[in-house]
Amino acid sequence: MATTNIHTPSDVHHHDDHEHEEHHGNFWTSYIFCQDHKVIAKQFLFTGMAWALLGGILSVIFRIQLGFPEASLEWIRPVLGGWITPEGKIDPEFYLAMVTMHGTIMVFFVLTAGLSGTFSNFLIPLQVGARDMASGFMNMLSYWFFFASSCVMFTSFFLSTGPAAGGWTVYPPLSALPQAISGSGLGMTLWLVAMALFIVSTLLGGINYITTVINLRTQGMAFTKMPLTIWAFLFTAIIGLLSFPVLFSAALLLIFDRSFGTSFFLSDIYIAGEALPNQGGSPILFQHLFWFLGHPEVYIVLLPALGITSEIIATNSRKPIFGYKAMVGSMLFIAILSFVVWAHHMFVTGMNPFLGSIFMLLTLIIAVPSAVKIFNYVTTLWKGNIRFTPAMLFSIGLVSFFLTGGITGIFLGNSAVDIQLHDTYFVVAHFHLVMGSASFFGMLAGVYHWFPKMFGRMMDDRLGYIHFWITFVGVYMVFFPMHYIGIAGFPRRYYSWTNFETFSGFTDLNMLVSVAAILTLSAQFIFLFNFIYSIFRGKTAPANPWNSNTLEWTTPLHPKHGNWPGAIPTVYRWPYDYSKPGAKEDFIPQHIPYSETPESNLPYENEQIKLELGNGGAIVVEDKKH
Amino acid sequence: MMSIVIGLGVLLVLAILYMIFRISNLVGLVKGSEGKVDPYNKINAFLFMVFSIGSLAGFFWYSYVHFDGYTLPIASNHGKITDGLFWITMGITVFAFSIISVAMFWFTYKYQYNENRKAEFISDNHKLEIIWTIIPAIVLALLIFRGLRVWNDITGPASADAEVIELVGQQFAWTARYPGVKDKQLGLVNYRLTDASNEFGLDLTDKNSFDDFKSLELHLPVGKEVLLKIRAKDVLHSVFLPHFRVKMDAVPGMITQFKFTPTLTTQQMRDKLGNPKFNYEMACAEICGKGHFSMRFPVFVDEPEVFEKWKASQDSWLKQNPDYLKRVPAELREAAMIKAGIPLDNAGAIAPVRTVSVNQ
Repeated sequence: MATTNIHTPSDVHHHDDHEHEEHHGNFWTSYIFCQDHKVIAKQFLFTGMAWALLGGILSVIFRIQLGFPEASLEWIRPVLGGWITPEGKIDPEFYLAMVTMHGTIMVFFVLTAGLSGTFSNFLIPLQVGARDMASGFMNMLSYWFFFASSCVMFTSFFLSTGPAAGGWTVYPPLSALPQAISGSGLGMTLWLVAMALFIVSTLLGGINYITTVINLRTQGMAFTKMPLTIWAFLFTAIIGLLSFPVLFSAALLLIFDRSFGTSFFLSDIYIAGEALPNQGGSPILFQHLFWFLGHPEVYIVLLPALGITSEIIATNSRKPIFGYKAMVGSMLFIAILSFVVWAHHMFVTGMNPFLGSIFMLLTLIIAVPSAVKIFNYVTTLWKGNIRFTPAMLFSIGLVSFFLTGGITGIFLGNSAVDIQLHDTYFVVAHFHLVMGSASFFGMLAGVYHWFPKMFGRMMDDRLGYIHFWITFVGVYMVFFPMHYIGIAGFPRRYYSWTNFETFSGFTDLNMLVSVAAILTLSAQFIFLFNFIYSIFRGKTAPANPWNSNTLEWTTPLHPKHGNWPGAIPTVYRWPYDYSKPGAKEDFIPQHIPYSETPESNLPYENEQIKLELGNGGAIVVEDKKH
Repeated sequence: MMSIVIGLGVLLVLAILYMIFRISNLVGLVKGSEGKVDPYNKINAFLFMVFSIGSLAGFFWYSYVHFDGYTLPIASNHGKITDGLFWITMGITVFAFSIISVAMFWFTYKYQYNENRKAEFISDNHKLEIIWTIIPAIVLALLIFRGLRVWNDITGPASADAEVIELVGQQFAWTARYPGVKDKQLGLVNYRLTDASNEFGLDLTDKNSFDDFKSLELHLPVGKEVLLKIRAKDVLHSVFLPHFRVKMDAVPGMITQFKFTPTLTTQQMRDKLGNPKFNYEMACAEICGKGHFSMRFPVFVDEPEVFEKWKASQDSWLKQNPDYLKRVPAELREAAMIKAGIPLDNAGAIAPVRTVSVNQ
């Protein structure tokens, strides 16, 4: 466990020897049950990538069904077995199971655990200047709960009744009654167990992130000097901490309804020739509980990605992020509003229409801080000196998706317009762009940007460019046509549209979407190759490959547990002093005191010099490992 | 055999790609092309420009040329208003979207890396920030107020003489129940009374139920307000009438509703579209199980006289299932037969009802 050692700056250097202390653990303690936040971050990253691959493959399989309904899928019979009908088609029930699992995997396992788990873990201690998370043990537990959850969820693929198939929103009664769909049997039970474990993992992680950011910042790292990544991770963790327990309660009540005969969500049901005894429950209640998490979840997924790109765009534009305070303010505003807009998912579910009016009002307000963020990104590029590293490309891609997908939210948030668009492909296009692809690009940008810190080597740039361009164009080709399909009224989660004259068109667009989806997934293998190859054979990274200002680049190439061999650097300035007039270089890292940069100091910063020199008696709080 | 050959071919291609990658890496090392910013920076900036122009051009071209392909004709009063709001929103958002996209991609091109230039140290500008906070806020407020008014109109109470029709969703079919021409009132239902024949769970002690009739098609009168009473028997479903811009979930345990006024008969729509085979359709829009995609329900909009005639020609549910007369309390049985249109003389011929217990 960490103890707190209090001493004055003057004797900092005498403590160096303590920090050289290394953990000579065995394989198990240094790679598996490790408490080092950097190792845990990598564990989250690898697991998240494995899930992303599975989620992506599922989507391509059901896209083949939608784009090429006549195609024979005999060739995957060796894998899917009985889920391929004798005619060589996907079983309609398994189609729904794939849609459900694609959603669950991508939203929770990839973009929540894979994104927050990786980058909050990796960057919070490194960027705020801490030796590790507040509780390394809880952090380790967080990963292993996630791993257990992953195992349970993965097991459900091998059940004869299939995995959960009621949509990722698992609305009862469909998800409560095995008579209604076979996926609601054991598959759904495992889904609920996996989610319960997942929520435990998220809460353990979130508590740690919040505590670390609040308590373990290095000297000088005031809240106003924190990189936007840290702000984003902090807000994300708070949102998660407040909303995930509500999903837990929803899951718990659903477990009661499924297994113990309660009627929280069930009422007046006649199914399979039998009238069920349940009365008085309300399926709408579940929707309220689900979306009370479900909507904040969108921001749990998106905010870390926005934080990551803020950092990357500023670094690679060689310019301060435009409107730092406005960026923090809009994130705070988004975080608060995210709790009061959930019912815009329920305008036409039978909820009282008056509630619809209220939620429409609140929903459209959230567009304002989102717009501010986009304007700030664009203005950060303005008059910059832009280097297109792969991370930068993916960040610009994120802004583009956030814009394109965000704008369609103005249609869907308007309850009158939503009547027609609800549960059509317009919605699919909207959230895949604004939340799915944008966050996914944030994650990829983060991997490209912090790969040198994670593995001490560089990824190959050219493969990164190819990966970006195929993926960027591919994602637009997948999701942009869906807007047209949605305006034409095509409902989501349809196995085929041939039963309807109204939905008989657009075979061409659906084919295009499917081809683009296959192409986009294939491009991810370029990334995968680049990633694995570079871990072992990439060029050795310089100490600060992107000439970045934040603290993580002051650590050694391969930081040990404890991050800094000597004292933790003190922070003197905000992280966005790029291209400061008068400065020798186009960046001044956070740990450089103003007294060393008289040539570039602004008038009020010269005032700060006195404070820097005069704080000899100030107390430094430092973590020491033993 | 074929798959082995394909597999080997794929492996070979991958191996070649890997070799190319290795060689170009080594060549790069020998050449020492380890500059600070590589020549690809220009290419990437250029590609962003190409992407920006190409994608916007493609977007406007497709949206214009295929307009009729992706817009559904409107056949209801409120649909015209909501579609109007949709297109107003579209105008505003596409305008904003184009400006921001062009600005962003133009900046990426114009401000690409140049060793001789330094980025400008601009960290904020309060005036600018206030402007771009307030303008979206005002525009959104206008959209909200318009939307609120429309939403309140649509969800407001239906007029007293609205044509009430019940729609029931179940896995995987719809059924409609009309109140019958004699009392124009839907009879009470109780889900515990549901069985294979009594699929509505009609409560035959309620005299309003005697003349209710079942239909496997949705018939609507043109120009008259229709109030759909929607419920579900098993899981969630959702009534979706795309041409009428109607969508409302069917929820077990509660009745939801949606009111609207059809404006074009099926024939008028056929003439308008020049498609003699056109039919309105109703679909399910909430995932409900493996047959979700097949819950088609045919819809016909007729002139009011034709509609009334059609209603009058339908046999009541009780007439179609005379066995259930036994469920009608004895004192009401004669009234029930009259109302249901069952000839009184064969009253004695009614076979005893199979006893169907409520809780099987």
